[in-house]
Amino acid sequence: MKPEITQIWDWLDQVPDPEIPVISVVDLGIVRGVAWDGDTLEVALTPTYSGCPATSVISMDIETAMIDRGIEKTRIKTQISPPWTTDWLSDKGRAKLEDYGIAPPRTAGGPAHCPRCKSENLDRISQFGSTPCKAQWRCLDCLEPFDYFKCI
Amino acid sequence: MSAYSEFLLRMGDNTLILGHRVSEWCGHAPVIEEDIALANTALDLIGQTQMWLGLAAEVEGKGRTADDLAMLRDAWDFRNVLMVEKPNGDFGQTLMRQFLFDAFHLEMLKGLTTSSEPRVAEIAAKAVKEVQYHVERSGDTVIGLGDGTAESHARMQDALNFMWPYVGEMFASDDVDAEMLSTGIAPDLTQLRIAFDAHVGAVMADATLTIPDSTFAHKGGKSGFQHTEHLGHILTQMQWLQRAYPGASW
Repeated sequence: MKPEITQIWDWLDQVPDPEIPVISVVDLGIVRGVAWDGDTLEVALTPTYSGCPATSVISMDIETAMIDRGIEKTRIKTQISPPWTTDWLSDKGRAKLEDYGIAPPRTAGGPAHCPRCKSENLDRISQFGSTPCKAQWRCLDCLEPFDYFKCI
Repeated sequence: MSAYSEFLLRMGDNTLILGHRVSEWCGHAPVIEEDIALANTALDLIGQTQMWLGLAAEVEGKGRTADDLAMLRDAWDFRNVLMVEKPNGDFGQTLMRQFLFDAFHLEMLKGLTTSSEPRVAEIAAKAVKEVQYHVERSGDTVIGLGDGTAESHARMQDALNFMWPYVGEMFASDDVDAEMLSTGIAPDLTQLRIAFDAHVGAVMADATLTIPDSTFAHKGGKSGFQHTEHLGHILTQMQWLQRAYPGASW
């Protein structure tokens, strides 16, 4: 018996992002569709950044997670249109990012406040960060540097 | 080869060669934030290369892959503009080249988002978001260094003088560009040049730098007629592993 699609979404929501493991690939908003094609599960993924090395790891992690649940055949389909946007991050994902110390993206173009001390007295160190999806900021009150999830 | 294939190679070879050039800074940049920024920019460009050359290989229909095109062609088969193969020089020269290319790249990708070829439009819609980010940083850095110290100003002016003769090739229309325009696949280079000049003019004014009063343009890269001597050297480094160990993979 094939598992229900809603069940698959639950399972996918347990697959962590390899670089930011507090959020799942579903929180990240990159899973665009799940469907059965005969006995093959097709998962449509939208890459975050074109060159993000995590993308291929995510595909492998999803296939492994499905095998662990008894689904032998999974096909990952890359779907680049419409392009991924940080608007697709789930609310649950945004809250988890902040708890983890990464300021969630905002359309205003910068973090709302320091994820540690909540101060709004902030300074951008660099437009780029440790992964393609992040920029480096610092808090001018608690003086800690922190990652900001770029808004695209 | 069809004009469409040529055009896809031009897009993919520009991002591949520039991505490789920029990646040469990894571990060598003046400060860690710049090192990370350069590496991230290179990564985006290599990612875009996978999409452009992937599509080029598909359109070609000979069973080749993006990797085959990147790693197994020789210099005369590359279709990148000469600017992207120029050596990095100092940090200022690297950022000047980046800004001039980004300013062209942004306008090109914006135009391609309404391409008559849906696959091209999709890739452009993805890439334009990344390039918008690249040009913000490269433009800010050109302004910061141009309007900086006497030393940084002089180096940025030298960099602009050095790179300027490589700007013209990006906008010089040939038979391939004319066919891309008439089929609605790519935008009009004349229109792109107008937007480019406005953008670059504003940034150079803020950077207190003087754009050379010359329209002379080195050409031969995007047609594949004559690359600079630097391209072969890039390829020996970029391709050696696949050449020495054919089919090697991670």
